Amino acid sequence: MDKSEKKTTTRRDFLFTTSYTVGAVGLGAVVWPLIDQMNPDKAQKALATTEVDISQIEPGKSITVLWRGKPVFLKRRTQEEILEARSVALEELPHPEKDEERVKSGKDEWLVMLGVCTHLGCVPLSNKGDYKGWFCPCHGSHYDLSGRIRKGPAPKNMEIPKYEFVDANTIKIG
Amino acid sequence: MSEKEYVPKSKAGKWFNDRLPLLSLASHLTDYPTPKNLNYWWTFGGILTFCLLTQIITGIVLAMHYVAHADLAFASVEHIMRDVNYGWLIRYIHSNGASMFFLAVYIHIFRSLFYGSYKSPREIIWIIGLMIYLLMMAAAFMGYVLPWGQMSFWGATVITNLFSAIPLVGDSITTWLWGAYSVDNPTLTRFFSLHYLIPFLILGLVVLHIWALHVPGNNNPVGIDIKKPSKDTVPFHPYITIKDTFALLLFMIIFAGFVFFAPNVLGHSDNYIQANPMVTPAHIVPEWYLLPFYAILRSVPDKLGGVILMFGAIFILFILPWLDTSKVRSAVFRPIYRQFFWILIVDVLVLGYVGAMPAEGIYLVLARVGTVYYFLHFIVILPVVGYLEKTEPVPLSISEPALSGSADYSMAKKDNEKI
Repeated sequence: MDKSEKKTTTRRDFLFTTSYTVGAVGLGAVVWPLIDQMNPDKAQKALATTEVDISQIEPGKSITVLWRGKPVFLKRRTQEEILEARSVALEELPHPEKDEERVKSGKDEWLVMLGVCTHLGCVPLSNKGDYKGWFCPCHGSHYDLSGRIRKGPAPKNMEIPKYEFVDANTIKIG
Repeated sequence: MSEKEYVPKSKAGKWFNDRLPLLSLASHLTDYPTPKNLNYWWTFGGILTFCLLTQIITGIVLAMHYVAHADLAFASVEHIMRDVNYGWLIRYIHSNGASMFFLAVYIHIFRSLFYGSYKSPREIIWIIGLMIYLLMMAAAFMGYVLPWGQMSFWGATVITNLFSAIPLVGDSITTWLWGAYSVDNPTLTRFFSLHYLIPFLILGLVVLHIWALHVPGNNNPVGIDIKKPSKDTVPFHPYITIKDTFALLLFMIIFAGFVFFAPNVLGHSDNYIQANPMVTPAHIVPEWYLLPFYAILRSVPDKLGGVILMFGAIFILFILPWLDTSKVRSAVFRPIYRQFFWILIVDVLVLGYVGAMPAEGIYLVLARVGTVYYFLHFIVILPVVGYLEKTEPVPLSISEPALSGSADYSMAKKDNEKI
């Protein structure tokens, strides 16, 4: 093509643009399955609920169950522990949440949360740390009796999973 | 590149070489003019090639016996150790080989830092080298997960959780990496697949690394440009091949020392306990070669900040050729930089030490000081020293005395012998 010729949109430009566009869509359509295959598969999603019998847990004790490969703490708190968790001013908390928001109303003694440190995913140790709740040995995060972060590198409170009381003695997580 | 065109002597050789010039390549590699003053710090390129091949060969063999499944992996590693003929030897070579690989690569990198090998015109060699280093860390990390011990599992948990620090999409990315809602069987199988892939990517980059090296040729202890070929150079074969082989033999003695006398000293005993998602070990520590970066991660009280600084500590090396403003390459002629170089070495060693210690008290203070100094070295000290420093006279060539008399040359020479 003559270089001095004035640049106008030609049939060939149109063909280039449409070819590139179709090519890009096609490439995306091929790449997406290759990426999405790495997301949790049906077998993993099928493990999404766990039912737990809580009739044997004494006040002040806790158990740990596995849900979706992660530990879940179920703690039956004593009245003193509940009062202590509720006596904290919200301004003191790095991630302000009321204790009431972290339990089901009327079931205040039951704290159900993911036993996963929000820093880098270790399992915190119970009845340890400066706030009598949990302490993560990996990088030194301290959690209180409501599972809220109080000190250390973790940015958030321990997560409360979706759960419900099926009956008085059974909790369904997920 | 070569001054004279290579022509095979035999008719068959010529016929083949005209169609695929492999013989020309071989001729280039044997005759490749190399500075005659290369010291033993220059032998680690060859040693690293040996390390890569060792890992590939032992790795292929281990994959014949290993089972990548959360329920079977731990037992299959014990099966390799107890039942497979020479399985213990092959696994110990592979696991200690990773440490030897990193030992060699750190020496290789610090050699480059001391003699200014990363500077123009060798920036691309340096950048490809850093890409190899990043892939090595990825391969080592994933390989450490495969035995599915406690350290494997919790190391994988901590490292993959680093990505959850990314705002908005962090959690989705972490779940995507896991293929589950925690480190689980899907994580193990994909890590195995990628662990097998990465060494071959590294091999490809090594070819590019050497190709890029053969364009300007080797840097050398005095760090000056030399004419090639000239009286300053020797052919790669036999002069460098024999020196590399001798250094490799010494290296293999140390390697064998670990494999046969202290095969577990660089590992962690918790990894002989099968992975348990319910219990985190009291002290999670990565392998020794990642400790300085782990110390940087833990020195920051903020999650995202720690992750950014940790990756930043590696990525800052990519712009190193442009941060160093000095015209002189070799630290032999840079009296001020030379001292900061050794301070940096001490700094990295201190970071490595505190990375292995609990993140509290004096260790946390040291980690913070070490982290600040690390970045200070690259962002402030290096550019400023390059401007202010009065460098010593650089020789005109390797064979000739320095610009302003022979005294300086003898010093440079002495330095080379010492190093």
